[in-house]
Amino acid sequence: MGFFTDTSICIGCKACEVACKEWNQLEGNKPQFLADSFDNTGQLDAQNWRHVQFIEQVPDNRGTLVQPTPIAGGQAWLMMSDVCKHCKNASCLEVCPTGAITRTEFDTVFIQQDVCNGCRNCISACPYGVIGFNDQTGTVHKCTLCYDRLQTGMQPACAKACPTESIQFGYIEDLHAAADKRLANLKQAGYAKAQLYGRDEKVYGGLNAFFLLMDQPETYGLVNERNAVLPRRNNMPGYVGGVATAALGLIAGLLAFRNGRMNGNNVGTNDR
Amino acid sequence: MPPAEHFVQPPHWEWWILGYFFLGGLAGGSYALGTLLRIAGDARDESAARIAYVASFIALIPCPIFLALDLGQPIRFWHMLVDTSDGGLSFNVVSPMSVGSWALVLFGLFSFVSFLGALADMGRLPAARPIASVLRGGPGIVWGVFGTAFGVFICGYTGVLLAVSNQPVWSDGGWVLGGLFLASALAGSAALLLLLARSRRDIASDTEGRIAAADRMFVILEAILIVLFFVTLVLADTVLRVLGVWILLWIVVLVGLLAPLVSGWRPDLARRWPPLAAPVLALLGVLALRALVIFSAQFG
Repeated sequence: MGFFTDTSICIGCKACEVACKEWNQLEGNKPQFLADSFDNTGQLDAQNWRHVQFIEQVPDNRGTLVQPTPIAGGQAWLMMSDVCKHCKNASCLEVCPTGAITRTEFDTVFIQQDVCNGCRNCISACPYGVIGFNDQTGTVHKCTLCYDRLQTGMQPACAKACPTESIQFGYIEDLHAAADKRLANLKQAGYAKAQLYGRDEKVYGGLNAFFLLMDQPETYGLVNERNAVLPRRNNMPGYVGGVATAALGLIAGLLAFRNGRMNGNNVGTNDR
Repeated sequence: MPPAEHFVQPPHWEWWILGYFFLGGLAGGSYALGTLLRIAGDARDESAARIAYVASFIALIPCPIFLALDLGQPIRFWHMLVDTSDGGLSFNVVSPMSVGSWALVLFGLFSFVSFLGALADMGRLPAARPIASVLRGGPGIVWGVFGTAFGVFICGYTGVLLAVSNQPVWSDGGWVLGGLFLASALAGSAALLLLLARSRRDIASDTEGRIAAADRMFVILEAILIVLFFVTLVLADTVLRVLGVWILLWIVVLVGLLAPLVSGWRPDLARRWPPLAAPVLALLGVLALRALVIFSAQFG
């Protein structure tokens, strides 16, 4: 199961944020002015499992587009409801030392709150900055894809609340088909930059929460295909580098400790 | 090579982790030096080897405490070792944090036994004489070699742990960080041993000279790895994150690298310094290196 978020029809109403907080009993962070368009959520974290981004792409005072886009006659206000991607190859799950992060029967990524000990290794690994640490619980939190609702046959709260159906929930195969159809329509209408993100296996083996974007992934704070790499890529090279250094260091130590003796430099105290 | 791209959040690993990385490195490195002294040295080096084992365990004592205190749920520290979902052991070979937790437990065992043996040999703990007698000769060397393997792992895995992430600087450092932390830990441990030798005055002066020579080699190794670390960051276009205000810490690192080298190559200059100056500066350099790697990636 998963999400297909069609950003082309997101209107930035934040109903998804509200529904998510309501169902999951998230208190939310203290509201603050972020000077970032209409965004007062800021980022995904322990209190925000959905985050509606507002990305303004408007002409500067000379009429030149900073980031030209074919939308709305050359001007655009991109909106996207961001969420945990429930990656098929999940960085967070890969590095979790306690087994707190698991894959559910719905193929989603879930943090077991009674197992997590708050080491925050998953935060360092998640390439999307999805996971947040909660000071009150001492554990990390993120979107559960409404695991409790799924178990009772309900759809996630955000998808249920979305008035434009920008957030769609369902079987991944069905969502892929819907996304392909929508993309084809947009391309035909001239939206050259429209693209699916996480639809195929190029990004973390495929995302169970994938997106239709109207610009490059980086514009939305999403890593592109080239940078969508797993933490484990540094595992073997890191250990090999360590072993090579250990060999050099220990040999150097042995030589240093042995050389002095062989040179007959034997003056000094002797405790035996 | 195109630049790396990062949208991650920092894990807020801060002072407890810095303390662990520093003391864990000294614990592992001191143990390794103690074993090397026993393997390559002779009876005159025994005092230094014992001090190294004692220093190793004393440095190790705060490590699990620091790690537990850094957890959001310190009381659940044991979840690193036991999978509470199914009651089995928790071990994730892909996660350096998981592997390192087990290595820390095993190294603690080796370090503790060697500590007891060293204390008994020093006449401080008569009850541990049976352990000391077992650790003399071949069995002691074998025990020390296995303990050194775990100790060296403790020195270096912390760098691998940082690299196995998607954080800027850490993951860009790739294969270098583990080796860099290891070389730095060995250099720091040699400096610690020199510091203790010069404070206690019961270590043979030629032993002290050889420790200083080893220190210089470790420092050269560390300097080479620092250069490689910079190269990896330049290639990833994240080198600016470790500059700026962090240059202050780099200066401390540089002074820490130069102090033992100058002591060895320009003894006429070094004689004007207080005897503890070079090892203290070297230890500060080791601490500064870890601080700037830990903090610059998260707050750079």
